[in-house]
Order: sequence, then C-alpha cells, then structure tokens
Amino acid sequence: MKNLGIYAARLTPPVEGFAPGHRACIGCGEALAVRLACKAAGENIIIANATGCMEVVSSQLPASAWRIPWIHTLFENTAAVASGVEAALKAMTRKGKIADRGTKVIAMAGDGGTSDIGLQALSGALERYHDFLYICFDNEAYMNTGIQRSSATPFGASTTTSPAGKKSIGQKTWKKNMPAIAVAHNIPYVATASPSYPFDMMDKVKKGLAVNGPAYVHILSVCPTGWRSTPDLSVRLGRLAVETGVFPLYEVEDGKYKLSMDVSPLRPLKDYMSIQGRFRHLSEGMVKKIEDRVRKDYEQLKERCA
Amino acid sequence: MGKKVGMEVSLAIAEAAKMADTDVVAAYPITPQTHIVERLAELVANGELDAEYIPVESEHSAMSACLGSVATGARTFTATAGQGLELMHEVLYVAASMRLPVIMVVANRALSSPLNVWGDQSDLMAVRDTGWIQLICENGQEAYDTTLYAFRIGEDKRVLLPVMVHVDGFYLTHVIEPIEIPEQEKVNKFLPPFKYPLPLDPDKPVSMGAFAPPILYSETKKAQEVNLRASLPVIREVWDEFEKVFGRKYKAVESYRTEGAKTLLLTLGSFGETAMAAVDKLRDEGQAVGLLKLRLWRPFPFEDLRKAVGDAELLIVIDRALSYGGPGGPAFSEIRSALYSEKKRPRILGFVGGLGGRDLMVAEFEGMVKRAQEMRPKGAEEEFEMYGVRE
Ligand SMILES: Cc1ncc(C[n+]2csc(CCOP(=O)(O)OP(=O)(O)O)c2C)c(N)n1
Ligand code: SF4
Ligand SMILES: [Mg+2]
Repeated sequence: MKNLGIYAARLTPPVEGFAPGHRACIGCGEALAVRLACKAAGENIIIANATGCMEVVSSQLPASAWRIPWIHTLFENTAAVASGVEAALKAMTRKGKIADRGTKVIAMAGDGGTSDIGLQALSGALERYHDFLYICFDNEAYMNTGIQRSSATPFGASTTTSPAGKKSIGQKTWKKNMPAIAVAHNIPYVATASPSYPFDMMDKVKKGLAVNGPAYVHILSVCPTGWRSTPDLSVRLGRLAVETGVFPLYEVEDGKYKLSMDVSPLRPLKDYMSIQGRFRHLSEGMVKKIEDRVRKDYEQLKERCA
Repeated sequence: MGKKVGMEVSLAIAEAAKMADTDVVAAYPITPQTHIVERLAELVANGELDAEYIPVESEHSAMSACLGSVATGARTFTATAGQGLELMHEVLYVAASMRLPVIMVVANRALSSPLNVWGDQSDLMAVRDTGWIQLICENGQEAYDTTLYAFRIGEDKRVLLPVMVHVDGFYLTHVIEPIEIPEQEKVNKFLPPFKYPLPLDPDKPVSMGAFAPPILYSETKKAQEVNLRASLPVIREVWDEFEKVFGRKYKAVESYRTEGAKTLLLTLGSFGETAMAAVDKLRDEGQAVGLLKLRLWRPFPFEDLRKAVGDAELLIVIDRALSYGGPGGPAFSEIRSALYSEKKRPRILGFVGGLGGRDLMVAEFEGMVKRAQEMRPKGAEEEFEMYGVRE
C-alpha cells in the first residue's frame, strides 16, 4: 500500500537484503530473524556467513537469496573472515584504493558456529576490536546437520546426540552463556534479541552496527523442525521464551547491563515447554527444577541491570 | 641495478611483501616463519608499509582473514610453517576453489610428532592437493624474487589463484645472503595494482561461496583443474617479464651440468645448493653426473621435466618428506609417474633424507649417487630408501 507509513506508526524498511525464495522450513524463526536483521542493516553492508542452516537454505548454486554482498567459506571461521573484510576495507579506504562509503560488516553464525566450533575465532575478532557486528542466530542445536546438541542447547532438551531415554533426560548441561562471554571481551555493545519483538531486534542490530568497535547480538531463533513445534507457533514461542524468563531481552552497553523489558512476574515455564516436542519427555518435577533455575538466573540478571 | 645487500632471507621476504604494497597481512607466529611476520609488523608499526596487520589468534583464522581480505579486493600476504600450515589445511582448499589469490610464504618445517621445528618438506607435500600454485625456492635471492612475482602470477586475471612460496625453514629463512633488492620503480613497473574482478562491494552485490549440489560440484572442480593447468603459460610469461625487468631468469626445472650426464640428481629447494657442490666434485672425478632442480611443484611441469631429463639413464630423486607405507617420497613417486609413459625413460630411484633438520652434506649426496648405482630393487617398494638413518 502506498503511503502506509501515514497510517501505521512504525514499519519495517521495505529493503530486502535476504530475498524471498530461499529454502528454509515453514515457520523458520531463524530465517525471519535474518530477514529482519538485513532490513535493519540496509544495503551498505557486507555479510560473512558461517556454514549452517541459513547458508544452506539461501545459497544453492546457481541461485542466491542475497541481494547484499555475501561470503560463505567455512563453519568455524566466520568471525575471522569478517576480520579480513573489515581490515581490507580499512586499509583500502585509507590508501585511497576505494571510496570511503562507511560500509559495515556483519558476521553471522548459528549457535554451534558461535558457542562451540567458532568460539576461538570469535573471541579473537572481538579481542582485536574489529569494527563489526557479530550476530548469533541461536536455534539451540546444530539444525543443519540434523538437530544435534550444542553447548547452547537447553537443559533437558532431546536432540539426536542428547536423546532422551531410559537413562537420560536429554541434554545434561545448562546452556552456555554466550552473551556473558562476549561481555567479558569488554566490547562496546552486547544484546539479546528475538524476531518475535521485531522493532526491538532491529534497533539492536542498528545499534550494534553504529558503535565503533565490535558488537555482539544474540538472537533466539525458533526452529520448529528441531524443537518439534508446529510452524504456526514460532512467533508465539519466541514471545513465550521471553515471558517465561528463559530468554530475557537485555543490552550491555560499555559493560552496563540494561533490561529491554521486565516481564516479571514470569509466566510458568510449562507454557513454553509443553508445546515443544523436544521437552515432551520431562516430568513435571523436572520442569519445576528447570523453572527454579530459570527464575534464579532471571533474578540475577535483574540485579545486574539494577 | 639495485644494490646487493647482506640480508637475512626472512627480512628479504618481508621486504618483497612491503615493496609489493601489500594492503593486509594476517599472520600467526610459528618457528621458523617468525622473522618474516615480525619484520612485517615492524614495517607497519614504523609506517614503512601502509597496511592492516591482523595479529590473529590462530593460523586457521590467519588464512580465513586472508580469504575475507582478498574477497574485498585487498592485496593480501601471510606466512606460516609446519603445524600452522596444517591448521590452515581446510581453509587452503577454499582459497583455491573460490579463486582468492592469497600470497603465502611457507618456511618449510617438519610435522609433529615428535615436535620438531627444523627444516623439512612434509608440510609442503601435505598441502599438495589443495589447488594452490606451489613454487619452491633454492636460495635467498630466489626467495625475494619469488615472493614478488607470486603476486603477479596469482593476481593475474587469467589465474586468480593463491600462491605458496616455499623456503626451507632455517636453511633459508635464517641465513644471511647477499640479496639484490631492486628499486621501487622497477617493482611498480613489474607489478600492477591488484584489481579483483568481483569483490564484495555494496554497489555490485555478489554472493561468494554458495554451495554446490552433486549436479554442479564436479563441474566446479573441472573448472578449477582446467584453471590451475592453464596457469602454467602465465607463469612462464611472468618469468619472462621478470627477466626483462630484473635480469634474472627463472624456469620450472633448472638444469645444472647436465650435458652428457648419465646420472641425474633431482632436488627441491635448498638441497640444490649442496647437490651442486656434490655434482662439481663427481664431475671432477670424471663421473657424468648432473642435477635437476624442480622449482614449480603445482601446476606440475610435465613438459619441462621430460625435456630436462633427456637421455639420462639413472634419475635419483631426493625427498625431504615421507609418504608412510606408500610408493616412496612424494616427489619421487610423482616424478616416476610423470615419466612412466615415456618410451625411453631412465631408471628412477628415490631417497628420503634430511628430515626434521638433519643435514645432508656433499658427502651424503655423493653417497646417494653411489648407493643408487648399486641398488637392484625387486619391486616398486624397493625403489626408494631412507638415507642416512640409524637402524
Ligand atoms: C569443520 C566442520 N565440522 C562440522 C561441520 C558440519 N556442520 C555443518 S553445519 C553444522 C551445524 C550448524 O549448527 P549451527 O551453527 O547451530 O547452525 P544452524 O544450522 O543450527 O543454524 C555442522 C555440525 C562442518 N561443516 N565443518
Ligand atoms: S531446520 Fe530449523 S533453523 Fe533450519 S531452516 Fe528449518 S526451521 Fe529453520
Ligand atoms: Mg543452531
């Protein structure tokens, strides 16, 4: 509709860096998050993408869903590739080999590519203080290779390599706190976000790009295929993750924590877990135990934000 | 003419990267490569080289940053050795397959374990099939020259492939040699600015590194194979051009005192210098012995090799690497197969020696000639021996 902006207060920008026609599953929260992140980033951008769902669904030769310059090389090195892009832009601009257009660099990877195999490259790039934004699209497992657990998989989730069974409750470890690891690098901007809160998410992507130096945005991305949820629930699940306190939205600017929204009193955890097949095997007692931990973590975060 | 100065070879290599006006260096230190990257860091710190120096946290990231840098259109240099090259292994394929001309000097070193930081060519051989152009240097002047012309080869629009420049760790990297450093104007004349045809550029968005299903993968690999082979005439052209500007002539296979030689030694890298002395000695004693030195490892120079071997009756290939349980040292086995279909070919025998920094002196080269003349192998697996190893 023409001049829609007159009627609707806030609209997403019409630019589509990540074009329709890609091969993501129906209801893929990660594809939605990438699309919104690209809208926020605009066109003066270069993206380095790790191997994973988003790379695979968007780039089968000879087609590509990318309307912005995009490079994929390997799984664990995307932060390093982005370092090279950033350094090249810097050197060539300084030497007058290219015009200074303020092109920004984004590195993006899944939770596996970020918190496991790519953690070293990411840590190096953050520590070296490259001017880039790293976005982790966290769908809480290695989805591209068939739902194997990662260090970002939540406690109790059944995956193909942390299957629930007679002697197993599924994932036995608690989710690694990647944003805290990013914060520990003393970088100017860290945030968590969710495409279920699109304007908040896009603002954070913009902020991350605007700061001088490295920024890290961690986006929870619902994956109906891996979470064993119905595709129509993806946006709702994203909201429930926030409302139950499982995935609080916050920012850390120059080391200062700030809650993006306080959702207490928290909703019961079962509202979130009961509609996902990956938690189906958990007893009520176990859900309660997890809920206790979620609430404790949430309180701690609130204190840090106070 | 530029002036000849006594210079550590590592510093000369850094000087070449500087004179090429490198934009980005991403490197991780490892013996015996360290002096090269330390010197580059110093040149950047002093403002003598206007470049971004990325002190990455690993070699995997060094090569990955190089990919990003070249893809953005910057002239990019790195150096590594041994374990570092192995840690890069996965990334090396990508540089070649995506046609990103990273220029890398490898200070060749042994591979663990046991840990050994000394000269060896196991690392060189382990990356043979990654799709890079591989050039092997014999002395300091060559190391400077090759680093310089590697940019010209790799960045040529008909090539666009990464190039590895091999220099033997310690034997070359840590010695001081008289090296002629040319005037900057000559370098500028020889080496045009790097213009990557389709860089990452928001004005002309490209997707790089899309994945290929089975129906396309083979075609991409064929294209790569055709492309690497087609780089050979360009390499020759660059050598001719180099000679015109700098007066030094390079070719794929160098012959030394091969006239009328019945026995030929064949070496890669710094062994060549010692082998020359051995050949001189044997010639003085009246033996018809000559020497071939292989400078280009990939693309393999079949034609040049066949011509250079000529009518020799015995060809002795000396490897500084081992192919465990295989058909002899890697160079030996390739050369044997390269000559297999020749109607008239010499007897080809191989020695593996000088591993992990073990010196091979003139006497050892003489010894290998003597031993080869006595060897009567019963099968392919007896056609090579490890030389000078205690039982
Ligand atoms: C070195 C290496 N190890 C393993 C793989 C296989 N692999 C490709 S993608 C992937 C999982 C990706 O998971 P994640 O980063 O969470 O992204 P997602 O697909 O879930 O979006 C794995 C294990 C690989 N490509 N490279
Ligand atoms: S597996 Fe999950 S993350 Fe991957 S495309 Fe499907 S829904 Fe999206
Ligand atoms: Mg994942």
